[in-house]
Amino acid sequence: MAGVAEHFEHGADVGVRGRGATPAEAFAGAAAALGSLWAADASSVRPQLTRSVVCEAEDLERLLVAFLDELIFLFATRRILLASLDVEIDAPPGGPARLVARGTGERYDPARHESTVEPKGATFTTLRVAPESGGWVAQCVVDV
Amino acid sequence: MFREISPNVWELPKTGRMRVPGRLYASRRLVEGLDEKVREQLAGVASLPGIVDAAYAMPDAHWGYGFPIGGVAAFDPDQEGIVSAGGVGFDISCGVRTYRTDLKEADLGDRLEPLAHDLYRSVPAGVGSEGALRLSKKELDELLVHGARWAVARGFGEESELDFVEERGRMRGADPTKVSDRAKERQLGEIGTLGSGNHYLELQIADRIFDAPAAQLFGIAEGDLLVSIHCGSRGLGHQIGTDYLKVLGAAGSRYGISLPDRELACAPIRSVEGQNYLGAMRAAINCALANRQVVGSLVRETLARRIPEARLSLLYDVSHNTCKEETHVVEGRPRRLFVHRKGATRAFGPGHPDLPERYRGVGQPVLVGGTMGTCSFVLAGTADGAALSFSSSCHGAGRQMSRMQAKRTWRGAALITELGSRGILIKAHSASGAAEEAPGAYKDVEEVARVAEEAGLSRRVARLRPIACVKG
Repeated sequence: MAGVAEHFEHGADVGVRGRGATPAEAFAGAAAALGSLWAADASSVRPQLTRSVVCEAEDLERLLVAFLDELIFLFATRRILLASLDVEIDAPPGGPARLVARGTGERYDPARHESTVEPKGATFTTLRVAPESGGWVAQCVVDV
Repeated sequence: MFREISPNVWELPKTGRMRVPGRLYASRRLVEGLDEKVREQLAGVASLPGIVDAAYAMPDAHWGYGFPIGGVAAFDPDQEGIVSAGGVGFDISCGVRTYRTDLKEADLGDRLEPLAHDLYRSVPAGVGSEGALRLSKKELDELLVHGARWAVARGFGEESELDFVEERGRMRGADPTKVSDRAKERQLGEIGTLGSGNHYLELQIADRIFDAPAAQLFGIAEGDLLVSIHCGSRGLGHQIGTDYLKVLGAAGSRYGISLPDRELACAPIRSVEGQNYLGAMRAAINCALANRQVVGSLVRETLARRIPEARLSLLYDVSHNTCKEETHVVEGRPRRLFVHRKGATRAFGPGHPDLPERYRGVGQPVLVGGTMGTCSFVLAGTADGAALSFSSSCHGAGRQMSRMQAKRTWRGAALITELGSRGILIKAHSASGAAEEAPGAYKDVEEVARVAEEAGLSRRVARLRPIACVKG
């Protein structure tokens, strides 16, 4: 199941937040919140190609930053938008956290995808991956 | 809390982990509108090793990443001083380049709209846009070493312009081997592009002269048409910010640096990680200088096609997200310091040897970008600025409202129509992006510029009123 995607306020940039039953769902939600900066309407992104994203970090919070940075890199270099992401996370206690995400999407088309700003990189600002209200929240500010 | 110690000068006393006080240059009105986060971030910067004198915030300060935007801090390598990616920002060497023209508003006649349209079409801008230049990796490495000089050698602009670019167009000490392949890959199609968000290309009229002798030296007369470009190092700079956030984040604990906030990730200047970041960051400065040189050249060609009689000449090119090694006199002694300016403009005073000879008598031009609905300013660096802020001044109006709130408050199309009715033609690649950049989302740039002058950081030379703006 995909997580819930939200944006939150920041003075100059944009906060992205995902909520879900598991960290993986919350990550998928945060990715969807990031994706909506490139295509405000997720349904405008057609499932024309499939891509995988793999990353690793010391802990879950750094893993979120690494994951969002991979998606930013994918857009910046290939202009690829992934609308629907299936995320798997393996975070053993004490060990590095690993993520594999598979998504479908297409190449960015300014005529069809409504975008406002260009995400430059995920940051540690308000970075948080934690249990909340019986589920998980994953969030950070993205520099735009 | 900030304490007013003299008009427009506020001090954040040294408490807790702070090694030096914080100092904010602002009017009471600007302080009242200030985000609480600026205070927290300034206190965090003041706690970093090797910081000299004080952590400064300019009149346009607002909440940034790690350091506040509008933040200035200098670090001494002899005192275990650090370098921080958060002190420079993701858009490394973002800046403003302003050209004079020999035209007045009336000379444009009915050619303003077609000219704005041509500029909109000829300068790649907006999310996902790509430039016409395709560089090999070898060419990109050369660009990263030679900056605007590389662009001039490739036929973009003239050699004589380089005198009017900071660092004479080439930042020394750039090391492309410290720039990741990913960062280079992000840049291959982005040279000669404006970007999006708050980046723009604007046609402006000098509608008020504050300092006639300085304006004369800068070559600005009332009624003149000027062209300003606001953009940065594009994808390469963003990826260097991303890469070194991790490198410096890991380095801090290795060198025993305890941080109040991980956003302040940093490494000693005299460490491998610190030197690597400096080499990469300087390469990004060159990338931005080359980018603005190429965009400027596109503007020149476009103008020549539509208005053949027009002549463009470069007023100056400033970078407002940098860390530079400079000599500053502290307590009567000259010291080599690493000055971080994040959303702050270098503002050398009269006589400084790094200024072009033409401006040496008056001080460095400080190009302050306003909003598309208000004004921009040309200021000049002052002698007093050296002691007040390591020769730094404001960089823009400074946001006061989040992008989300701006989008809830304004509709892009209505805003563009309203600005049009006020004589400001907007060509926007994204209507909702224009709403996020609504003039009301920013502080009052008139007040920011006035405070910068009253505090002694720089003095007002000319005000520029926008008549057409291409938004990325």
